Amino acid sequence: MALELFTLGDPIADTSAPRDVPIGERWSERRFRAKLVNPANRRKLTVIVVGTGLAGGSAAATLGEAGYKVKSFWYQDSPRRAHSVAAQGGINAAKNYRNDGDSVHRLFYDTVKGGDFRAREDNVHRLAEVSVNIIDQCVAQGVPFAREYGGLLDNRSFGGTQVSRTFYARGQTGQQLLYGAYQALERQMAAGTVEQFARTEMLDLIVVDGRARGIVARNLITGEISTHFADAVVLATGGYSNVFYLSTNAKGSNATAIWRAHKRGALFANPCYTQIHPTCIPVHGEYQSKLTLMSESLRNDGRVWVPKERGDTRDPRDIPEEERDYYLERIYPAFGNLVPRDIASRQAKNVCDEGRGVGPEGKGVYLDFAEAMQRLGRPAIEAKYGNLFDMYAQITGEDPYEVPMRIYPAVHYTMGGLWVDYDLQSNIPGLFVIGEANFSDHGANRLGASALMQGLADGYFVLPNTISHYLSSGPFDKVDPQHPAAVEALEGVRAQTERLLSINGNRTTASFHRELGRLMFDLCGMERSEESLRKALDRIPEIRQEFWTNVKVPGELGRFNQSLEHAGRVADFIELAELMCVDALHRNESCGGHFRAESQTPEGEALRDDENYAYVAAWEWTPEGAPPVLHKEDLEFEYVHLAQRSYK
Amino acid sequence: MDLKLRVWRQRDATEKGKMVTYEVTDISPDMSFLEMLDVLNEQLILDGQEPVAFDHDCREGICGSCGVMINGRAHGNGLHDSHPQTATCQLHMRSFKDGETIDIEPWRATAFPIIKDLAVDRSALDRIIQSGGYISAPTGTAPEAHSILVAKKDSDAAFDAATCIGCGACVAACPNASSMLFTSAKVVHLGLMPQGQPERNDRVINMIHQQDLEGFGGCTNIGECSASCPKGISMENISRLNHDLLGALRAGARPKS
Amino acid sequence: MEPNFGGVVTVTHSGQRRTPKAAKTSSVFKKAVMAVSGIILVLYLVAHMIGNLKIFSGRESFNGYSEWIRTIGEPAVPAQTTLWIIRVVLLAAVAAHIWAAVSLWRQAKRARPVQYVARKQVAQSYASRTMRWGGVILALFVIYHILDLTAGVANPEGTASTPYDRVIAGFSNPFITAVYIVALLALGFHLRHGIWSATQTLGQSNKKRERTVNAFATVFAVVLTAGFLIPPLSILSGLVG
Repeated sequence: MALELFTLGDPIADTSAPRDVPIGERWSERRFRAKLVNPANRRKLTVIVVGTGLAGGSAAATLGEAGYKVKSFWYQDSPRRAHSVAAQGGINAAKNYRNDGDSVHRLFYDTVKGGDFRAREDNVHRLAEVSVNIIDQCVAQGVPFAREYGGLLDNRSFGGTQVSRTFYARGQTGQQLLYGAYQALERQMAAGTVEQFARTEMLDLIVVDGRARGIVARNLITGEISTHFADAVVLATGGYSNVFYLSTNAKGSNATAIWRAHKRGALFANPCYTQIHPTCIPVHGEYQSKLTLMSESLRNDGRVWVPKERGDTRDPRDIPEEERDYYLERIYPAFGNLVPRDIASRQAKNVCDEGRGVGPEGKGVYLDFAEAMQRLGRPAIEAKYGNLFDMYAQITGEDPYEVPMRIYPAVHYTMGGLWVDYDLQSNIPGLFVIGEANFSDHGANRLGASALMQGLADGYFVLPNTISHYLSSGPFDKVDPQHPAAVEALEGVRAQTERLLSINGNRTTASFHRELGRLMFDLCGMERSEESLRKALDRIPEIRQEFWTNVKVPGELGRFNQSLEHAGRVADFIELAELMCVDALHRNESCGGHFRAESQTPEGEALRDDENYAYVAAWEWTPEGAPPVLHKEDLEFEYVHLAQRSYK
Repeated sequence: MDLKLRVWRQRDATEKGKMVTYEVTDISPDMSFLEMLDVLNEQLILDGQEPVAFDHDCREGICGSCGVMINGRAHGNGLHDSHPQTATCQLHMRSFKDGETIDIEPWRATAFPIIKDLAVDRSALDRIIQSGGYISAPTGTAPEAHSILVAKKDSDAAFDAATCIGCGACVAACPNASSMLFTSAKVVHLGLMPQGQPERNDRVINMIHQQDLEGFGGCTNIGECSASCPKGISMENISRLNHDLLGALRAGARPKS
Repeated sequence: MEPNFGGVVTVTHSGQRRTPKAAKTSSVFKKAVMAVSGIILVLYLVAHMIGNLKIFSGRESFNGYSEWIRTIGEPAVPAQTTLWIIRVVLLAAVAAHIWAAVSLWRQAKRARPVQYVARKQVAQSYASRTMRWGGVILALFVIYHILDLTAGVANPEGTASTPYDRVIAGFSNPFITAVYIVALLALGFHLRHGIWSATQTLGQSNKKRERTVNAFATVFAVVLTAGFLIPPLSILSGLVG
């Protein structure tokens, strides 16, 4: 590997999991060994929680209930708006309510295998264990899960699993789970245990004497930049899919909190692991601001195809059967249209790259329900997919009952994130990272209905237990607001924001974001190669350079200024994009959501290189000019044996 | 499409605002309403003006951040019979005609002070939830999920109420600026679940009390709320809330102060 | 004090919970008062309308009916006792109805001091939109109506006449009849929304009943308005008197 790209640092390892007991006992053993905090002492301990999605909301509520002094921060106007709200499908739990052979071990096994053997076994096993508690907790909160006529909870099979372990609330599971956590959080706010900082964005981490002790945040309404101190800091700020500009994330979703923590010393693990969801509504123009996901369940009845001929612009209904290429059915006769997300996405990209894509800009493939309509009748299709068809019609203005849908993959989730140990603590003592913001549970690929599970597992059950171990050695000495570390962080943020406002160049922030996004999708998207990544790594510093000399950010610092918010986030995305490309380039194997063109089987499938790459790549920030430092955490598979995925 | 926009501009809560006219050209009918505003904003930034502030986030109609009055209608709902009820982000420009003038205003209510331009502060809705919109179930105390049976009918009705996204369109559209549809959706969601019964009386009393304290108007059953709601929350919920409230008053429940 | 920078120094956490002031009367309670008082008034109107139709049985019958109202319960109770009980209940109902209405009206004004530049209704009916001004018109009308036909001071026949004479004299005048027609139409609209609204307010409506309740409100409003309109129109057209 080229040396200028990065330097190799010391290996790292998780030392929190009690590896001396069998995997099934590790979580209870860890809880037993963890030191506790006397309830009377908890109110003397302050915890900052940034973000109010499933992970942050549930963590802040639970820590408040336990009696800690919690300060909760979020950038939206209400905690209920966090992007967890948009998750559609469901949440997995190893309840085995269907008596279909499910178990904690099977969920553990499926998750490790689905993650293409790039996740830490201990964390995944714990996730599977607490999954059952999550359902109990949510039901007690009044989450209106789908039920059967007997009053019991309904389950469905999701994302190609062979067991029905997914709990759901119609197509709005994320919304309902988030509202459960949100209501618990609001209850604690009323009780006075959680102090709220709405519309406040974290812009830096304050590290004092090697411990995370606070944050610098900007009140988005008044523009005031101030410091907030605590005994521990929890980041629950979600993923970074918006590096790609167009993604299924919310417009405001950003990487700023984790990126600034990274620049303060937190290791960033596996940044190149991104998940691309195959069934999204395609881009329809330059001005497009966001991609909308449609449930994967559509592939149960829809058939994916493109014309056999390149540049065939006929109305799809006029293309005869023999001139269509049902490429997934052709390449994967066994799984057909139901191949995993990454495969379906990559094949769509392949046929579009061949020039056989459909729709504007040739970026789309057909998802055709004509055959299903004939077989099942329109009423059955309406009953099953009516809301999705309506959504599609509303966005595209086309009637999917008449014309085949057009779909295209879109970035949906990022498995990478800040490195954490079994306690969900980063390498900076006192900095905990939960939910999508950390890297911990999904390896190189996340299974459907597992994101909600991880967010709530971390927030309700894992973090509140592990953070007490850290806090038991507190309260730490009060941080003087004039402490050089605090003043330096505060002034750094202020200087950066003022600099953004003073450049007054010729390009809008959005135009940089679009340029970066397109570059990343093309060169570091569904398929990456040494050539494409090198190209990206040449171009990104130029974009960064131009951004800092030619961006135009209007408005004032001391007021509500959405342009300024966006500019700060894009500045961080540009830097993160570079690290993603470095990581993707250094990982010369294909695994899960990371497909390297150089590493594939003769049939074109992802080819892992367990010999050389069965490790977590945790990156250390270095000041500009110096290559980042790679720390490897070797992954050992004691309980799930390494095997190559095959869907042929 | 070329459009004329009349947009409410207001620097902050303390200054007076006014409608300002802008023109946008080459708008594609496939754009969403907010993408059209993005185009306007990029144009304004390059012209050295301040862009129009408006809240938005998920842009798929579920987070509840966005919401403006479009031609006098909350989220533009009711502009056309054929258009399903949606949030502003799911309204597309094909619903408008070339050359049209579009009026864009923020939600207006005492309880929703304007932050800037089209962005308002809706934290009053969160405080209504704080006053009782929850089931007290501290983490870790829950019994096994299947120990609580819920009739499918109740669970489905609770879900329908629980889909409220808290966007505030009901308040914006209500001639009384009442948040009754919002409050009722939460009261009914929790009141239909067996888990919600122990706190049922106190919940409704305290939430209505908080709603009045926040400066919302009283409900007079006009129905603008439901017709403007992106999730189609039914007026039935208001009736159920009233039923619960009168029952709670009879049972002697009083707001905690 | 933590150092801070930026334009504004005051920290306003937009989410802070306000301390609840002393418990006010809840808006829903006010609506319930409005609904219950409205129901009392509606029941009275039904009886009133039936009584009015006695005009078709002739002078004796109508005056006799009027006299009967004043003597109900005799000799167990002194004359006019029942009448005054009815009057007190009605007065209380009217007072409560107006108090609730004014109070909610003021609350609504406070709740939106700045109006929209452009506002179009999506769902509200003419009836629901005119509840407040319609109510004012009805209140003024009721005062006039009592002065006209009960006290007789505003009646062409004066105070010394019989009820039947006052009715005939009043409605023979097209101008007076026109005033009544306008007021009764206002009443019809008021009832149309009022009945539906009372059902909602008392928590008796749901999705299944909604159509029925609305249909009932419309039919009831039409029947009652028609019942009240028949006597004056008959008198004006000379069918009676």
